[in-house]
Amino acid sequence: MAKVVKEFTKGFWEQLPPFKLVLGLCPTLAVTTSAENGAGMGVATTFVLVCSNIIVSLIRKVIPNEVRIASFIVVIASFVVITELMMQAYAYPLYQSLGIFIPLIVVNCIILGRAEAFASKRGVLDSAADGLGIGIGYTIALTVLGAIREIIGSGKIFGHVLFGGFMPLRFLIEPPGAFVALGSMLAIINFISARQKSRR
Amino acid sequence: MDYLLIGISAILVNNILLARFLGNCPFLGVSRKMDTAMGMGMAVIFVITLAGAITWLVQEYILYTYDLEYLQTIFFILVIAALVQLVEIIIRKMSPALYRALGIFLPLITTNCAVLGVAILNIKLGLDFPKAVFFSFTSAVGYTMALLLFAGIRERFELSRIPKPFQGTAIGLVTAGLIALAFSGFVGLI
Repeated sequence: MAKVVKEFTKGFWEQLPPFKLVLGLCPTLAVTTSAENGAGMGVATTFVLVCSNIIVSLIRKVIPNEVRIASFIVVIASFVVITELMMQAYAYPLYQSLGIFIPLIVVNCIILGRAEAFASKRGVLDSAADGLGIGIGYTIALTVLGAIREIIGSGKIFGHVLFGGFMPLRFLIEPPGAFVALGSMLAIINFISARQKSRR
Repeated sequence: MDYLLIGISAILVNNILLARFLGNCPFLGVSRKMDTAMGMGMAVIFVITLAGAITWLVQEYILYTYDLEYLQTIFFILVIAALVQLVEIIIRKMSPALYRALGIFLPLITTNCAVLGVAILNIKLGLDFPKAVFFSFTSAVGYTMALLLFAGIRERFELSRIPKPFQGTAIGLVTAGLIALAFSGFVGLI
């Protein structure tokens, strides 16, 4: 049990994507113009990640080694189509604002990376815990980045106006701001982990 | 005239890397040296143009004809994965020199979201066949140009003193932001 908990919690800091695990940058940069979009993308990715991890782990002994990547992609793509259809039915505004990045979850390297590096070698329970932990970490990271960009860039949070009479720094919600914001956040996280290490 | 607009828009204004955020993982991972960036760029141009053409045909003659639009994602990714494998095999047989130059980049391209992204954008923008091919090609040229610009700047990082927390990917992201800022000056062109 302790092992499963460890696989679950490592996604929150030790292997927090996209910072410690520098994967899945495109959706991170593109959809974090607001906290809501970031959270929506995170939840969709988590769903696909957990489901594909479980299935890959279940069929890992059946798949021949040579075609494993192709098989993983088919599994992932199937869950992405399910997510796409579900979002069209139940969360249409979010589906519209995330746009092309919903189908692009297929090529999010975090998902294929976890399938290849973890789920294809480990049991179902471990893989599900790993997927859920990494997914939640990713969701938190996207939401925080989205919130920072939304607060400074448009003076709002989750669509509510935060303070009036403030001239928002529009740069941050435009494409160049995405790179700068993510880069600075990565530097802050590097700084904190360097301090943790030197203290130990 | 249409083609000129598509070209300028795809290369400068809506650069797939800097404005649409597609294909960032190889952008930050591969572009440490000019020659690897060049190899990656050439492989990307080749695969994106070919994939753009083939996925357009798949959409028109299979998905629309049999009402299977909802399977677009699965179809496209399978076509791209198969195409990349095929290209790899053909290049290895036909031209060992080219294979040595592009070979290691080809497997990486399957998961380069720029390929799938451009294929989906072709359909979303409602382009006809020649325009879709042209749009794919110019998008890939824009990608390569950004990749080369970035690699050129990155080679100089090795000589400069970067604050410790920013070393590695962090400074790369900030630099990419500054390049994107420069590119946003092109918005007035169209």
